[in-house]
Amino acid sequence: MTVLAIVIVAAGILLGIAGGYWLPPNGRLPRRERPRPVRRILLPFTGQAISRRSFEAAVRLAKAENATVMPAFLATVPMNLPLQTPLPVQCARGMPVLEAIEQRLISQGVSVDSRVGRGRTARDALRKLLEQEHFDRIIVSADEDQHSGLGYEDLRWLLERVPAEILILRTAPQDTRQISSDAVGGHL
Amino acid sequence: MSEAITAAELAPPKSVSGGTRRGRLKVFLGMAAGVGKTFRMLVEGRVELEAGRDVVIGLLETHGRAETAQLADGLAILPRMRMSYRQTVLEEMDLRAVLLRAPEACLIDELAHTNAPGSEHAKRYEDVEEILSAGIDVLSTLNVQHLESLNDHITELSGIRVRETIPDAILGRADEVVLIDLTPEALLDRLREGKIYPSERIDAALNNFFRIENLAALREVALRQVAEEVGAKRLTSELVGSREESLAADAPQAVGERLLALVEPYPGAQRLVRRAWRSAQRLGGELDLLWVRKPGQQLTEDNERSLAALRQLASVLGARMLEEESDDVATAVADVAARRGTTYILIGRSRPARGLARLRVPLPQRLMQRLPGVDVRIVADRSGRASVEPQ
Repeated sequence: MTVLAIVIVAAGILLGIAGGYWLPPNGRLPRRERPRPVRRILLPFTGQAISRRSFEAAVRLAKAENATVMPAFLATVPMNLPLQTPLPVQCARGMPVLEAIEQRLISQGVSVDSRVGRGRTARDALRKLLEQEHFDRIIVSADEDQHSGLGYEDLRWLLERVPAEILILRTAPQDTRQISSDAVGGHL
Repeated sequence: MSEAITAAELAPPKSVSGGTRRGRLKVFLGMAAGVGKTFRMLVEGRVELEAGRDVVIGLLETHGRAETAQLADGLAILPRMRMSYRQTVLEEMDLRAVLLRAPEACLIDELAHTNAPGSEHAKRYEDVEEILSAGIDVLSTLNVQHLESLNDHITELSGIRVRETIPDAILGRADEVVLIDLTPEALLDRLREGKIYPSERIDAALNNFFRIENLAALREVALRQVAEEVGAKRLTSELVGSREESLAADAPQAVGERLLALVEPYPGAQRLVRRAWRSAQRLGGELDLLWVRKPGQQLTEDNERSLAALRQLASVLGARMLEEESDDVATAVADVAARRGTTYILIGRSRPARGLARLRVPLPQRLMQRLPGVDVRIVADRSGRASVEPQ
């Protein structure tokens, strides 16, 4: 009888240890992994804000396609500097915007993976990014302020040369909604 | 009047004892022309002279400033070497004359100067190196934007590229670096009063390099540079005869923060890097990123991409990306922190421990135990607090 009690207690202890090992600390079983995103949506910008409309389009598409949105800050290096030069002044403008976009995407349940591109021009920076990685879609805005930093010639270049689906959004003149560094939650 | 002497009169009053002692280099560092580097160099030269040392001026650029020229009175000035280049006569410091004269101390203005083609050395700092090797002390002047490592940064700040640069190691080897500081407002007053440039150049200077925001940025860079030099020298001297592990604990930097952010190749790491960078900016410190890789760890394609993105981000931000291979993250971090003189460590929220890993002391505590005196900060993920304001 005593032996049986010892065996039961030992088995209980072992079960407890095994449970403690496998269960996460909150006591619930881990959720099933979401299907791995297969599509990558590039959302390039250079300025101090990004068009809200481009952002919303990226969110809609990402949710529909289970894609990862890849906001990319395009920094430009003046011709008289080496291409590998650090750019703290531009980064001081671009990083808070990148942070705001990321925070907003995550809060909407969208997978995000940011990038920083660097080139002599915004197009050059974008070209380098596209050479390094594959993107399924690229979303750019064709608004007058050109928040993406890409001019009409650059958009034509994108359409002609880049093997990805290009989504060019023309913003209504009265639609001035943007996402800027003001949208960063907490301090950056 | 300054006392000028000819080459024929160049007879060394004293021989250099043994000929092997390296001279001492003292550099007067400033944020821009006109802060008073040359003036201060001459003042110190006169003090040395009055103390009975043999002091000569190897090269002086007064830039037509009467006050500066006046201060050179009484100091022996070695004649310059004249050389012809493309039908123009150029004047340079006569290195051979300095070596032949062999004074105890030599005043040489504008350390970053590029010598005329055909000179013995391409750069003046190379002349200075030879003079120091001959046992002669050198007092020299330098503007901060001439330092190689700062040149690009300053070009971005000021929009003006300075072509004459010197390796940072030259300043690093200086026995003394004296910062000649002046507020931007005071420097602009001096410029407007014609104490720096002749009147016809004042307007151009005010519109280009001598803008108050430029000068404020340059001043900050100069102050930080000298603080780092002082810190580095103190650390070096304290390291002699001590264990490297005691570096962080025993010899914390008096001025200047150095931040170390621990990263892993996954997309969320970029947020940590951005936060660390902003903190480094606020603290006026340098930022290192460290990834501790497990020995033999294989990276997936996604990891490789994230790692490349992290490297690119580090490069654009001006941070240094370090990679260490170790099984023990805390030990690797402590080693790097000691080596780099880290004052601040930033780590992301770690994933909840499972199984036996729960029994281990958490990484922040282990780091605090190993690195007393180093701040450890756990960076929160603020993604849940986002809000988008229509503009």
